[in-house]
Amino acid sequence: MRNLIAFIIRYHFFLLFLLLEVFSFVLIANSTYYQRASILNTSNRITGAVYNAFDNVTDYLSLRKTNYILSEENARLRRATRLSFLTADTNSFFVNDTIYKLRYSYIAAKVIHNSVNKRNNYLMLNKGRKQGIDKDMAVITSNGIVGTVVSVSNDFCWVMSVLNKHTKISGRIKKNNQMGTIIWEGNDFNVGTLSDIPAHVKIAKGDTIVTSGYSHIFPAGILVGTILDFRVEQGDHFYVIPFRFSVDYNSLDYVYIVKNLLQEEEEKLENTMQDE
Amino acid sequence: MNSIILKNIARFLVLVTLQVFLLNKINFLGYLNPYIYILFILLLPFETPGWLLLILGFVIGLIVDMFANTPGLNASATVFMAFMRPVIINLVGKKPDYDIGGQPNMRDMGFKWFFPYAFLLVLIHHFILNIIDVFSFRELWQTMLRVILSSIFTLVFIFLAQYMFSGKKERG
Repeated sequence: MRNLIAFIIRYHFFLLFLLLEVFSFVLIANSTYYQRASILNTSNRITGAVYNAFDNVTDYLSLRKTNYILSEENARLRRATRLSFLTADTNSFFVNDTIYKLRYSYIAAKVIHNSVNKRNNYLMLNKGRKQGIDKDMAVITSNGIVGTVVSVSNDFCWVMSVLNKHTKISGRIKKNNQMGTIIWEGNDFNVGTLSDIPAHVKIAKGDTIVTSGYSHIFPAGILVGTILDFRVEQGDHFYVIPFRFSVDYNSLDYVYIVKNLLQEEEEKLENTMQDE
Repeated sequence: MNSIILKNIARFLVLVTLQVFLLNKINFLGYLNPYIYILFILLLPFETPGWLLLILGFVIGLIVDMFANTPGLNASATVFMAFMRPVIINLVGKKPDYDIGGQPNMRDMGFKWFFPYAFLLVLIHHFILNIIDVFSFRELWQTMLRVILSSIFTLVFIFLAQYMFSGKKERG
């Protein structure tokens, strides 16, 4: 016993070092993307409040640009409303439509923390559980995808950005519906990679990539980016396709959180398949 | 002695604030993220006991982690850096015994001592941080680029801070 105490006292520096490193690694291991919620919920309250206060000040600096983006989007939405269509048929009547069921609802949120320069980037938004935000909701802007909600507190949520090693989103090439996987290789925050497209498919530079909607998270058909280049690695049967993101992730301000109202149903159905 | 403690507490707060609100938002070429908060560990007095060095490293790392949503990442890198500090001090050369109250900063130890000291520890910290963050050796070249670019900028910030705040020669 005395030897043990003597040992601990003698090597306390090294032992404390080991202890703290092990503790840090436990934190890291427990927090790889999906389980962040439990550790961070308490600290979210504090960091969220601090970021929010800071953001209240810097908000004014980007008003001009934000207004521009909003008015652009308003114009586009206005074009899509019924009022902007000419009714050709004068005998048209109103049908209570039971074919369409509301599937996605959108909640506007403000980005209060963002990064693009790490290998694994995250954003913090100013909406949380109180506003109906939950894990696994998609986050988009008016012109592209942003990420997935990974942890929620009462008033804030953390979003795993597209610019993250763990993000994999199902996408497809718009013109021929070929499906692949969207990842980010960590080099340039403007450039992502589309993989798993078979090498026999004809593609061209400038083709549009959109979401496939197969993941239960992102709605189908949301713009992702345009193809910059493509190549087939030697001995492989799939393209590696670098593409330019349609969103400038460095200047995100307002985003939409997408709530898939049928997500639970879809996942339940999928789980019954796995049980068989 | 008390003034040293107060000075270090103030430095702790200023550096964490700078890190969280300014430097974590800096972005250049998509690779750069300088970590100036480690200057706190660099500037702790020579007499700081080892255990305190490690615990302070852990605490400041964890606070930065909370704001960056990376629990444990900065903490582990900073603890490792704090662990290496005595080794690096031995390597670069201990302070002379007659120089009582001297601090490991540029004013007291001179550029020739401070540069390798800061350079090695910054490099160690950034390397550990980025390796753990990426968690694979597959992207090693890219990770090294990240380490080197960020280290250069951290060092630039550290030396700027050292030049700015080392005007008058006072011993605490």
